[in-house]
Amino acid sequence: MEWEVVIGLETHTQLQTKTKIFSGASTAFGSEPNTQACVVSLAFPGVLPVLNQEAVKCAIKFGLAVNAEIAPRSVFARKNYFYPDLPKGYQISQYELPVVGKGSMTIQVVNGDKAYEKVINITRAHLEEDAGKSVHGAQEGMSGIDLNRAGTPLLEIVTEPDMRSAAEAVAYAKKLHDLVQWIGICDGNMQEGSFRCDVNVSVRPKGSDKLGTRREIKNLNSFKFMQQAIEYETSWQIETLEDGGTIQQSTVLFNPDTGETRAMRSKEEANDYRYFPDPDLLPLAISESDISNVKADMPELPEAMKARFEAQYGLAHYDANALTSSRGTANYFVATVDAGSDAKLAANWVMGSVSAKLNAEDKEISESPISPNALASLIKRIQDGTISNNAAKQVFEAMWADEGDVDSIIESKGLKQVSDSGAIEAIVDEVLAANAAMVEEFKAGKEKAFNALVGQAMKASKGKANPAQVNEILKKKLGG
Amino acid sequence: MINKSLKQLGAMLQGKEISSVEMTQEFLNRIDRLNPEINAFITLDKDKTLAQAKHADSLLAAGKGTALTGLPIGQKDIFVAKGWRTTCGSKMLETFIGPYDADIIERFDCVGAVNLGKTNMDEFAMGSSNETSYYGKVQNPWDRSRVPGGSSGGSAAAVAARLCAAATGTDTGGSIRQPASLCGLSGLKPTYGLASRFGMIAFASSLDQSGPMAKSCEDMALMMNVLTGFDKRDSTSLNREKEDYARDLNKPLAGLKVGLPKEYFAEGLGADIAKVVNEAIAEYKKLGAQIVDISLPNTKLSIPVYYVLAPAEASSNLSRFDGVRYGHRAKEYGDLMDMYCKSRAEGFGAEVKRRILIGAYVLSAGYYDAYYIKAQQIRRLIAQDFENAFKQCDIIMGPTAPSTAFKAGEKADDPVAMYLQDIYTIAVNLAGLPGMSIPAGFAPSDDGKRLPVGLQIIGNYFDEARMLNAGHAYQQVTDWHSQMPEGIE
Repeated sequence: MEWEVVIGLETHTQLQTKTKIFSGASTAFGSEPNTQACVVSLAFPGVLPVLNQEAVKCAIKFGLAVNAEIAPRSVFARKNYFYPDLPKGYQISQYELPVVGKGSMTIQVVNGDKAYEKVINITRAHLEEDAGKSVHGAQEGMSGIDLNRAGTPLLEIVTEPDMRSAAEAVAYAKKLHDLVQWIGICDGNMQEGSFRCDVNVSVRPKGSDKLGTRREIKNLNSFKFMQQAIEYETSWQIETLEDGGTIQQSTVLFNPDTGETRAMRSKEEANDYRYFPDPDLLPLAISESDISNVKADMPELPEAMKARFEAQYGLAHYDANALTSSRGTANYFVATVDAGSDAKLAANWVMGSVSAKLNAEDKEISESPISPNALASLIKRIQDGTISNNAAKQVFEAMWADEGDVDSIIESKGLKQVSDSGAIEAIVDEVLAANAAMVEEFKAGKEKAFNALVGQAMKASKGKANPAQVNEILKKKLGG
Repeated sequence: MINKSLKQLGAMLQGKEISSVEMTQEFLNRIDRLNPEINAFITLDKDKTLAQAKHADSLLAAGKGTALTGLPIGQKDIFVAKGWRTTCGSKMLETFIGPYDADIIERFDCVGAVNLGKTNMDEFAMGSSNETSYYGKVQNPWDRSRVPGGSSGGSAAAVAARLCAAATGTDTGGSIRQPASLCGLSGLKPTYGLASRFGMIAFASSLDQSGPMAKSCEDMALMMNVLTGFDKRDSTSLNREKEDYARDLNKPLAGLKVGLPKEYFAEGLGADIAKVVNEAIAEYKKLGAQIVDISLPNTKLSIPVYYVLAPAEASSNLSRFDGVRYGHRAKEYGDLMDMYCKSRAEGFGAEVKRRILIGAYVLSAGYYDAYYIKAQQIRRLIAQDFENAFKQCDIIMGPTAPSTAFKAGEKADDPVAMYLQDIYTIAVNLAGLPGMSIPAGFAPSDDGKRLPVGLQIIGNYFDEARMLNAGHAYQQVTDWHSQMPEGIE
């Protein structure tokens, strides 16, 4: 039987606010345990939550970015359960009425040799507070509790079960990861837990419109693990069903060491969270003017920028897409063009050499040793014929290694292109004299011999001759 | 001195007849003498108290005194106070020292009032007799074998026994008004949102409100001026302009329309109480009030609705008492779940556990709609009852409690009988309205004691000044409020 996998994601994004969602305590990462836990974070008797409006702005930004409904009235609810890292014994979240309703995102998927776009529907996004952390093993026989993270604002973003492969799920997660950073609501740091994905996976016979029983893979903090976990989970579910077994709805964890998923608890043991509206907080009211205020603060969104790049610079859809994959890349590209570079050349360089170097050195584009201005000055030297494309690659390497500015590198490496037709003519004459056999072959109709002669001429000029001119002069001399 | 009002005591301080330190010491001496039996105060810190009195004296000397500067006030032990043990009447918090000040504590500190000590209360404010306190029951100064009411029973007994000139209380379903009624005091629960709940240990967040307990309406007006006001630390605090609650005290009552809800005078009301309340109404007629018959048809639903909503909120509010960060933790336990279970089993008393269980039940999947949602719907109907009533009248009057103070132990094993103590007060909390109880006379007990009876006055939202006006006018022509129990001299 042919199987189809059905995937939906729930993503917890930590919002980049200075203070916690319901108190004035700092949200900075990595401080000494419990130094960022005020009496509210610690849930002392008598303390009360006060909503941080910055977190609300982040939620509105996200809603705008995915064309979602932003609820004029949403409600904070208490999710009740006992755990040592949950100081109040309940988490303040949103349940029946979330702040962000239905929206959508278009993702670009490359799966094997197929590349396509797909719309993923967002079900909802809601505000909630993060829990603290249990620290095991710091003290013999004891567990420690660190409540620095308790109360950090989260936006939980939930999709419809719209994805049909690990590649689609990862493409969505990456796109979302780019987007939340683009609009500046999340730093996207997956190692520090700023962006955590829970993936719901089920399988069904291809063609069926009924959903299979799902298992939820919790807390994936890298795209690689997500891919592996979904692939493993999918084949596990298919094998189980083909062996005549059934899938139990459950929560599973992915073990990166074994590459396997394992159930941590089944739904029967699941908590009854006894949700009810939090009487300490008023319903969250968002007016049209609140939304337009946030809108005024919004950066140009990737979709809009992509369309603009295509229209304004005549870039191909694929290129425009790649350049808007992150705000940093887009800004870098725009700055390069603004500094006088040809747009198409700039696009090629940003997606080509710059991005290859950054990948190789695991750097962000903001850390590029070549500034957009410097890149533009390099491209200008190609545009004005000072250097050839090949020479430009050498100059680029030298600039990356901080050996100087474009012109001084061209000078010191002697890479200036020879465009003096007299000089080129002299070189061509030499080449023709030294390669009489090739000339004969050409005259006998072998087109390949022409290219060989161009090559010889370029070699003789040590790569500095303007190839277009070499071509032209050679053709003339050979009576072409 | 002991029977003087806050206003009179304040005048003595301002007139340098006595210092705050001397006055405070005199009340502390009374506490030393009478409290071991009455048990109204559960935590005293004389050093802190006298230091505050000394500071107040310096303010007074510098001419910076205001109405309450230097006056010793009892603070219900539900309010967290920095450096003070704050127990909320529970073993759970037996050793808990407040790390910060509640809004109300701050406000009294700011005007130089003196925190005389923390008063006894039903555990986590759950009770109507002060018998659920881990720190022992409180005697009603009018008859030591009887309860003072609850949950603010310690504050009520402290003021009635003249251990302090006034005290704070909190009222979730009647916890200021019922003990005020049973102890012969004036007590006021403000409109929900007027007093900040920051630092007040939560019982049922949507109902809890703090307020004054004093000998007279005039004194309550002075306290209201201090304890109300916007607090950005409480999201349900109302951002309104400050008002002077004493501004209308002396307005004539002529033409005041007083509504009498027929449901408050129906079956269940003791004949002795009805008699006193009716006499008080007759007095109001003499003062020029017009009596209007009204109906609050959903009154009988207020207790069932309350006993769904209040425990639901409480079950969640009390989850933080888990033995992890502060409060009681069992000495011996196995795993984490065992630590939770034992710590909470040992730390909470029976009534608190009962309400946590009810609350968890009504919130659980499958019951939520039938209980919690239904109760919220009826809560709105109850509020509508009042809305309709206030189209016909300015204020509502009736009994505060269905009976006078009952004997300790009499209802302790019958939760439903205990819950009925709040039949006339609960609807006010559900609607978020202000409610007040003032002494209206006495009813004789079977054993020949005189027991105080309270008249309840319910106002429309933010109508506290008018209610205090009505109460003060009555207190100008009666002396029930200034009578003292015997044996407290």
